[in-house]
Parts: sequence; C-alpha cells; structure tokens
Amino acid sequence: MPTDMNTPILQLKDIEIAYGQIQAVKGINLELYSGELVCLIGANGAGKTTTLNAIAGTLPIKSGALQFEGKNITAMPTHLRLRQGIALVPEGRGIFTRLTVEENLRMGAYTRNDKDGIEADLERVYTMLPRVKERLAQVAGTLSGGEQQMVAIGRALLSRPKLLLLDEPSMGLAPLVVEKIFEVVQAVVKEGMTILLVEQNANLALEFSGRGYVMDGGLITLSGNGDELLNDPKVRSAYLGDETA
Amino acid sequence: METFLQQIVNGLVVGSVYALVALGYTMVYGILGLINFAHGDVLMVGALVSLQVILFVQKTWPALGAIPTLMIGLSVAVTVCMLLGYVIERAAYRRLRNAPRLAPLITAIGVSFLLQTLAMIIWGRNYHSFPQLITTAPLQPIDGVFITPVQVVILISSALLMTGLILLVNKTRLGRAMRATAENHRVAGLMGVDTNKIIATTFIIGSGLAAVAGVMFSSNYGVAHYAMGFSPGIKAFTAAVLGGIGNLGGAMVGGVVLGLVESIGAGYLGSATDLCHLPIWAQSASLQTTCANGGSFELLSSNYQDIFAFVILGIVLIFRPTGLLGERVSDRA
Repeated sequence: MPTDMNTPILQLKDIEIAYGQIQAVKGINLELYSGELVCLIGANGAGKTTTLNAIAGTLPIKSGALQFEGKNITAMPTHLRLRQGIALVPEGRGIFTRLTVEENLRMGAYTRNDKDGIEADLERVYTMLPRVKERLAQVAGTLSGGEQQMVAIGRALLSRPKLLLLDEPSMGLAPLVVEKIFEVVQAVVKEGMTILLVEQNANLALEFSGRGYVMDGGLITLSGNGDELLNDPKVRSAYLGDETA
Repeated sequence: METFLQQIVNGLVVGSVYALVALGYTMVYGILGLINFAHGDVLMVGALVSLQVILFVQKTWPALGAIPTLMIGLSVAVTVCMLLGYVIERAAYRRLRNAPRLAPLITAIGVSFLLQTLAMIIWGRNYHSFPQLITTAPLQPIDGVFITPVQVVILISSALLMTGLILLVNKTRLGRAMRATAENHRVAGLMGVDTNKIIATTFIIGSGLAAVAGVMFSSNYGVAHYAMGFSPGIKAFTAAVLGGIGNLGGAMVGGVVLGLVESIGAGYLGSATDLCHLPIWAQSASLQTTCANGGSFELLSSNYQDIFAFVILGIVLIFRPTGLLGERVSDRA
C-alpha cells in the first residue's frame, strides 16, 4: 500500500453539502485508513448517500476539504476521481440496463488500457460472482436485483480502485443474496481494499466493519469500533431496533 | 410497373440521405433528450461549403479530375461541419444541459435561424447550381428504370457509413461509452467517462454525417441554397420519429421507409387525383376540353410530395408514438 498507516487514504474536513437552500450535510469530519472497512450508518435522510456522492464527485461540496491520499480533490470532476482510485457503487446500483452484462463490466475498466490485466480481472470477477458469468451476453436490465448488485460491484472492482464506496448494497434484496454480497465484500477487504460502506441495515454493517460512523441530521453523532457501536445503547435503540436498551 | 420500380429507386436514394440525417437527430436525442433543430442547417452548410471548395479547386487546379475535386470538397465540408457541430454544442447547448426542456429546444430553433441567416449573408439568396462532377449517362438496369451514377454512389456510400456507425456504436470502447452516457450520464461519469467529451463527439459524428448528406443532396439535385436544409431536416426528423427516436436502427429504417413512401406516393399522386379519371368531371362543361385527347387535370401534382412526411409524422404520433423500433416512451419536448 502506498499510504502509510498514519495518513488517511481519505479525509473529510468540515464537509458541508447542500441541495440549493437545503443543507444536507452540515460539516462532518471522517477519515479512512488504507485497508479498512468502515461503515456509515444512520436513519433515512441523515446524509449518508449525499456524503458518498460528494466523495465520488457527483455532488458538489459547498465547503470543507476532501483529501484523497493526501491530495485535495474537493473540486475534481467525477471522471477524474475514478482515475485517482475512487469507485462508487451507487444507491440503486446504477446498472446500464440496455448494455449487456459483459459491457457493463467492461465499462468499469473504461479508463484502463492494459488488455491482459482487464481480462485477468474479468476472470477474477467471474470466479467471485459465478452467477454473473452465466449471464454475460444478457442485457443487464433483465437481471434480478441481486444479480444487478453483483454486476455493479464487479464493475466497480474492474477499475481497480484503491477506495470502494458502497451505497446500500443490501437494499431490496433477499437475505440470502445479501449474505452472498457481504461475502464478496469481505473477500475484497481481505485483498487489501479500503471500503466505505453506507447501510441502513446497521446490524449487518457493524458486524462486518472495523469501525463505524453514525450520522444523524447531516452530522456525525457517534463513531467508534464496530463492536463498541453494536453495543452502544444509543445506537441499539435508535438504529438496531432494540426496544430494551 | 416501370414507374413503380423507378420510384423505388428514387425512394431508396432519397431515403438513404434522410437516414444519414436522421442518425444525427436520433444520436443527439438519445444522449441529451434534445431535438437539435439546427441539424438540417448543418446539412446546408455542408452543401454550400463543398460547393465553394469545388468551385475554388476547379478554378485553381483545372487539371484535377472530377473525382478528386469532389473528394476535396467533401472532406473540407465534413471537417467544417464537424467543427460546427462541436461549436454548436459547446456554445449553445452545453450550458443548458440542466435547464428546463423547452430552453434548449428553443435555442435549437434559434441556432437554425442563425445558421440560415449567416449562410444567406455569405452565399446570398440565390439558388446556386451545384457542379455535376459525376456526369456519366444514367444506367438502365431494367428497361425503363433509370439510375444515375451519382445515385449509385449515394446508395453505396450511405450503406457504408451506416454500417460503420453501427459498428462504432456497438463494437468499440467509444461506442460503449456513448451508449452508457445515453442511458445514465451520472453513472457513466462514475466509470471515468468524460461525458462532456462523449456528448461533443456525438455532435461531431452527427454533423459529419449531415455534411455528407448535404453533398449527396446537392449532387443529386444539382442545386444548393441557404434554406435547403429545412425540408430534409424536417423529413429526417420525421424519419427518426418514425423509426423510434433514440434508436439508430430506427433512424435508418425510418429514413428509407419515408423516402420510399414519399417517392412512390409522389409518383402516383398526380394520376390518383386526376379529375379526368372521374367521368362526372371529365364530361362536365368546364373540363371537357382540358380532358380531351388524353389531357389531365391533376388536383395535386407531385409537387405535393412533402405532405407524405407530415401525414406519416401525424399517423406515427397518434398510433405508435414510440416509432417502429422504439421501446422507450419519449416524454421530452
């Protein structure tokens, strides 16, 4: 890993994001170190997706600084951020429904020129996601939600990112499929990828993550290790549906 | 029968020109949801620029053969129009990307007026005769059916261009990025695609095709004029809607179908509306002399062929708004 453990791979400093007059994120600080899986949990409308989109560049940052590998990328356009090594699997998967599964995956490798490397990475994705391989020539719009999510993750991996942003990968999927997707996420983390995961399913997210941040009303209200947060009474009552805590 | 076959030949020729222009409409619509009403005028610029260049070349290097002269005229016209397409997108449409839909549409009409007016200032209001550089006698593959060498060239080159475009869009990295951008700008950006570049490229390709169509049009009819883009522009738009706007194959099919309907219709419109065929009229006092000895009194002559495009447009919009090959319901202006 190029970054040493003392400088974060990603750092958000007093980030504010607004939709017109409406302030969605009101000044947050967050950092990620290389190789970490960190989750960002919170209720609907807390600003989680907004934060991920701003990191990937599809939403402008109103104020604050965004640093990636020590470099200020606050104003960098989306397509250049991917070249820096930031890939986002957007909420709702963002599959190109009229392109085939293989074309979708190849779009992930759009910025790469190493033919052999791309083919090798495609093979890796196929072994990781065997169900995708069976459907390569199919138009992606005909896939099930779970398969689309796998294509979306595989596509993001094909850009060989240093930082993978996952937005609600479990949304609308059956428990078995969610399990499969989190297996993939874990495998990717094992290979040394840094992941920032946004989830509404806080239990699941905290279980897998080393650290977590809790967002509420555009602010980060809590942060800590996965276990700590899982056992935090405030988190339990607010996000884990624990009535007794 | 000869009339019918002849009209099919004419229809295929004019239809393939429509198809080339329709591709530009449909590509821009597919990627931006914008009807670029200035597209027909790019065709006009292509025709007039090539005319200007051809006249210049003929004057400066009279020894140069007809084909090289035409090729020089064509290449310059294509280059100029590609540049023009880029400038139009950059200057007129890009900043309106997120504006309400009506704004870019009205801007497109404005660009159309601007191009026509500029062309009128540069080339005047007169019709210019376009040099017939391929002037061999018409071929007669079947007795009574004529096809000029120009028309043969038009058919072959538009088929080649369309095949090339299909391959580009479906088989290359650029084409994949174009389709991805057409479907979702934001996610395409997340893949590292510079969507501004892809959109500009789409305009450049469409404008290049329009330039070729303009040279074909003028070569076929032998004239060029500052307002000549209007009619093929509107018809190509009709062809794009007929085939299903946003759909490349649809634009090609729509162009050819429209060309055929128009030609065949025009071929029969005169005799179908000939009042002398109706005994009541033919024997009436007012027409008796006109109709005598095989005379005719056509209510609508073939000059009215333009109505077919609009009748088709109306029918398609009423009965199949998504067009022949279209799947998406278009909700944009």
